[in-house]
Amino acid sequence: MIARVIVTPKPVVNDPQGLTVKQGLASLGFREVTDVRVGKYIEVNLEGSSEHEARRRVEEMCRQLLANHVIEDFQFDIEPERKRR
Amino acid sequence: MKFGVVVFPGTWSDRDCGWVIDQVLGQELVYLWHKDSDLKGCDCVILPGGFAYGDYLRTGAIARFAPIMEKVGEFADRGGLVWGICNGFQVLCEAGLLPGALIRNASLEFRCEWTHLLVERTDLAFTGQCTERDVLRVPIAHGEGSYFADPATLSGMEQRGQVVFRYCDAGGRVVPGANPNGSLHNIAGIVNSRGNVLGMMPHPERCAEAELGGTDGLKLFRSVAENAFKVLVS
Repeated sequence: MIARVIVTPKPVVNDPQGLTVKQGLASLGFREVTDVRVGKYIEVNLEGSSEHEARRRVEEMCRQLLANHVIEDFQFDIEPERKRR
Repeated sequence: MKFGVVVFPGTWSDRDCGWVIDQVLGQELVYLWHKDSDLKGCDCVILPGGFAYGDYLRTGAIARFAPIMEKVGEFADRGGLVWGICNGFQVLCEAGLLPGALIRNASLEFRCEWTHLLVERTDLAFTGQCTERDVLRVPIAHGEGSYFADPATLSGMEQRGQVVFRYCDAGGRVVPGANPNGSLHNIAGIVNSRGNVLGMMPHPERCAEAELGGTDGLKLFRSVAENAFKVLVS
């Protein structure tokens, strides 16, 4: 199975990277952009019998290491592993 | 007084701290490798600056799992003195030994420059040699030193007097222009509620000899050394 984890700065946390990217987009003419937040994307390949169990384990991984609960939120999807290309 | 300086892969200020401890102050020094599992009887553990484990994932996120950190946590729980400087502060926050977190500087720049710090606590083992509302001139060198804690945590810390150092101007005024990184409340250094674990972004070990442009940092090292003497005689 593969877990696709997205970690983002909490809304209350100042995100200077997001602000700078927003300004960059505005200078390119994308004036419709109202906000940008820059986070992290993490892929975790894991073995497991059920999606339910994998979900529980990935939640723990996020809490213990992948995200810092003081400054970051996380979300993830679990997919059956794709065949190797 | 025996100081232990922790060395992780990627630590870079360990020898600077060690120099101040044994060459400038003549105190006992031992380096503690990250894989060590005992603190070799030291009275104060320093987590120095650098990029422990390359700061992979987040600053300090991987270092907190090092074998030595379990012992540092137990030592802190027993009331032992733990002092995190720069990256060491980030490690202490990730390890949960101090509240809050350190995020990217508001300017997005790595800032390497002199700052002024207003000392708000002089009753601590780390600041006993400072005078009331002392202003110290100490350099910073970091890209991720912007202190953040949620509003409830921050107000609790302020009420308990956990903010030890605040960025200020040369006259001791805590003003936005003196804040080099966007830290909330101009926070440069904090202690835990018990007062035995200190974290600070500025580098006192880099201003402990006149040749380096200042000696204000020596006050903090001397405070710890003198404090131990007081403990021994009391």
